Amino acid sequence: MSWEIVIGLETHVQLSTESKIFSGSSTRFGAAPNTQANVVDMALPGSLPVLNRGAVERAIRFGLAVGATIAPRSIFARKNYFYPDLPKNYQISQFEIPVVQGGSLTFFLGEEERTVALTRAHLEEDAGKSLHDEYFLPDGAPASGIDLNRTGTPLLEIVTEPDMRSAAEAVAYARKLHSLVMWLGICDGNMQEGSFRVDANVSVRPKGQAEYGTRAEVKNVNSFRFLERAIQYEVRRQIELIEDGGTVVQETRLYDADRDETRSMRSKEDAHDYRYFPDPDLPPLVISQAWIDEVRAGMPELPEAQRARFESQYGLTAYDAAQLSGDRAVSAYFEQVAAALPEGQAKPAANWVMGEVSAALNRDELSIAQAPVSAAVLARLIARIADGTISTKMAREVFGSLWLREHGGNVDAAIAAKGCGQINDSGAIGAMVDEVLAANPTVVEEYRAGKQKAFNSLVGQIMKAARGKANPTQVNDLLRERLDS
Amino acid sequence: MPLHTEFEDIASLRAALAARKISARELAESALAAVHASELNAFLHVDPALTLAEADRADQSLRDGSAGPLTGIPIAHKDAFVTRGWRSTAGSRMLADYTSPFDATVVERLAQVGAVSLGKLNCDEFAMGSGNENSAFGAVRNPWDLRAVPGGSSGGSAAAVAAGLAMATTGTDTGGSVRQPAALCGVSGIKPTYGTVSRFGIIAFGSSLDQAGPLARSSRDLLELLDPMSGFDERDATSLDACDGAPNASGRIRADFDRAQAAYDQYGSLPLKGIRIGVPDEFFGPGIAEDVAQAVEAALAVYESLGAERVRVSLPHTELAIPAYYVIAPAEASTNLSRYDGVRYGHRTAQYKDLAEMTAKSRAEGFGAEVQRRILIGTYVLSHGYYDAYYLQAQRVRRLIADDFRQALSQCDFIMGPVTPTVAKDIGEHRDDPKADWLADVFTLGVSLAGLPAMSIPCGFGQGANASRPVGLHIIGRYFDEGRLLATADRFQSATDWHRRTPASAETQGKSQ
Repeated sequence: MSWEIVIGLETHVQLSTESKIFSGSSTRFGAAPNTQANVVDMALPGSLPVLNRGAVERAIRFGLAVGATIAPRSIFARKNYFYPDLPKNYQISQFEIPVVQGGSLTFFLGEEERTVALTRAHLEEDAGKSLHDEYFLPDGAPASGIDLNRTGTPLLEIVTEPDMRSAAEAVAYARKLHSLVMWLGICDGNMQEGSFRVDANVSVRPKGQAEYGTRAEVKNVNSFRFLERAIQYEVRRQIELIEDGGTVVQETRLYDADRDETRSMRSKEDAHDYRYFPDPDLPPLVISQAWIDEVRAGMPELPEAQRARFESQYGLTAYDAAQLSGDRAVSAYFEQVAAALPEGQAKPAANWVMGEVSAALNRDELSIAQAPVSAAVLARLIARIADGTISTKMAREVFGSLWLREHGGNVDAAIAAKGCGQINDSGAIGAMVDEVLAANPTVVEEYRAGKQKAFNSLVGQIMKAARGKANPTQVNDLLRERLDS
Repeated sequence: MPLHTEFEDIASLRAALAARKISARELAESALAAVHASELNAFLHVDPALTLAEADRADQSLRDGSAGPLTGIPIAHKDAFVTRGWRSTAGSRMLADYTSPFDATVVERLAQVGAVSLGKLNCDEFAMGSGNENSAFGAVRNPWDLRAVPGGSSGGSAAAVAAGLAMATTGTDTGGSVRQPAALCGVSGIKPTYGTVSRFGIIAFGSSLDQAGPLARSSRDLLELLDPMSGFDERDATSLDACDGAPNASGRIRADFDRAQAAYDQYGSLPLKGIRIGVPDEFFGPGIAEDVAQAVEAALAVYESLGAERVRVSLPHTELAIPAYYVIAPAEASTNLSRYDGVRYGHRTAQYKDLAEMTAKSRAEGFGAEVQRRILIGTYVLSHGYYDAYYLQAQRVRRLIADDFRQALSQCDFIMGPVTPTVAKDIGEHRDDPKADWLADVFTLGVSLAGLPAMSIPCGFGQGANASRPVGLHIIGRYFDEGRLLATADRFQSATDWHRRTPASAETQGKSQ
């Protein structure tokens, strides 16, 4: 039987506010345990939550970017369950009426454009962390520690419809979402520190069947690679289970990257009754049209709009435009390069940014902000190709030395140092041509007798004499001129 | 008796302090001595060093001219407010040793205007109760009759004022916890409009209902506390920044009070001319005791003699306030009290096998029976499959009740009636029937559900065996009408002396027990 894979993702995006969603303590990562937990975070008697408008502003920004409805009135609810790293023993979240409703995200899967519908995005607070096996009681017995620094960190939980049909598509969506939230400046995107956490709802069904299969939720996936592998494993597991006559049960499964497998964490039967109800400490979140307009006015150009502009303004292909508009810093870099070049040079600028620059950044694990070759320097290098000073091949070598911060970013000095400045002087090239013709009368004879290969041989001799630096077009032209005259 | 009891009201005590006829330290020392000698069990935590330090600061500011309106006035706080110096237990074993690292906004604001705190007052555990018998630290006696409860949950607050231990006290009112003990102890108390006084630092019971209010001998003294207590607080998201257009800030209630008084002054001997007092039929049903009804009727007659017009109004959903309240308040309480798990602070059981047992045993040991009962009810009504039938239904009823009041208050200026169906019961009287206490809250609960301001002022006593037990008059106003309410109550107190009565040698009685 052939199977269809159905995937929906729930992503917890840590919002980049200075302070927590319901308290004034810092959200900075990595401080000593419990040094960033105040009376609200610790749920001391008498403390009350007060909503951080910065978190709401970021949620609005996200909603506008994905074409969602921003709820004019949304509700914070208490989600009740006991856990030691949840100090109030309830989490403040949004349940029935979330702040962001609907919307969609468009991205490329390879060169194919896909759109995934979003169900909702809601604001909530993060829990603290339980630290196991790190603490010991005075008698040596192992103990668990609780760090409340993360407690109350603002999260935007972004939920998709079950629209994805492969692990690769889920990863492409997640990557696009990751770049979007960073583009919007609402999340630092740091997956190692847990700023961007993806849970996958995975099910399979026989191709052609209308109803969805029973889904399992896969948690604890902290990289795109693991997301892909976790889904692949889970899909295999479900298909094998069904083909062996079993049934998939609705449950939460943890992905174990070391073993590359998912394991059951809890089934639906022992699911909590969270007893959601509106939090009486927080009035409904009312968002006026004026606030939405204000946020919209402060938004950067969105990737989709930029992509369209790159196509029309620079004549780039849809794919190239999409590549360059995925990351705000990259697109800004590209535009600086293009702006410094004469019209019509955007295509080589795009090729250089997506090619050499991107490869070097990946190789050296640098962000574009750290690129040793600035946009201005790259533009000058591309200009030297355009004016014929160097060939593209040579420019790659020059780029390599500029990347190593040689020559202080002086492109012409780098070209000179490489000794690879092209010879464009027709007088000098003409002299070399004459020299080679004089030294090879036999080959000249062969050419005149109709042997085309002889021409190439002569070009090779001339280039050799010029140590490769002669402008090939000029060499061709001058040689033909002399031979055919 | 403490020295402050020699003064008619806060204004005259303030004048004596300003004139240096008496010092804040003398006042504090005499009050602390009376508290120490008292056997009412009204106070849970007293720390003379803290109180005297505050008194000395008060004397200093009286000397250097930086005194505030309450500088040197001895007050005390219900133990439902957290305080930096004194322990904060909310009357619960769970928090028996708990000290807060911060002061409640109410505590902070009263300290800012110079009030001197004598300590923390007994109350029902987590403010759940109406007789102060649910305190983990023992019942409080009613100074008027030591066999009687003082009411609750702010029982210590009411008893302390009635016994003259403090000039005024703070309380919290979730379903009547300021008004009912004020009534049963023969003192004045006001619960302001929900959102006018900050809840920051109140150990939460029912968040959508909890509201702080003062208790004192007279309406004028209530104003002295309520005005500086109230005002917007950015630390409480349900705190209002404006009240009908006026900024929610101290000064608002006093200005409204002064305006109302000026208006009343125009009519000479009939100051309340043109004021309509709505009397709901539902407040005088068969459940109300004859002596209470008579005292309230007499009070209404006083108002009529002051020029007010009595009109009939109806609050048809009055009785539904009981089930609605006893769904909503426990629902909120059940999750508000989830934080008491023995993990970070509060009681932790001595022996446990694992985390689940630690939490369960700590809570079973730390919470009293009534608190556990309400947590169970609250958990039940929020559970999957019951939420719509109970919690949502109760919220619908809540809206109906608020609509009843809106309708009634469009036909009158104030609603008046009894605070409680009977005078104070005996200590231990409803021990086997907690529902009996719940039913007695019928007149106060609706006001809390609607979030309206209301007060209780003394208006007489029971009859026969209850002759020493006070009766309170319930005065309910429109939203943000605290100033007018206080002025209207003041007119009654200018015409009567119920609020000046003091229990006969309360402390002697206390010592004799």
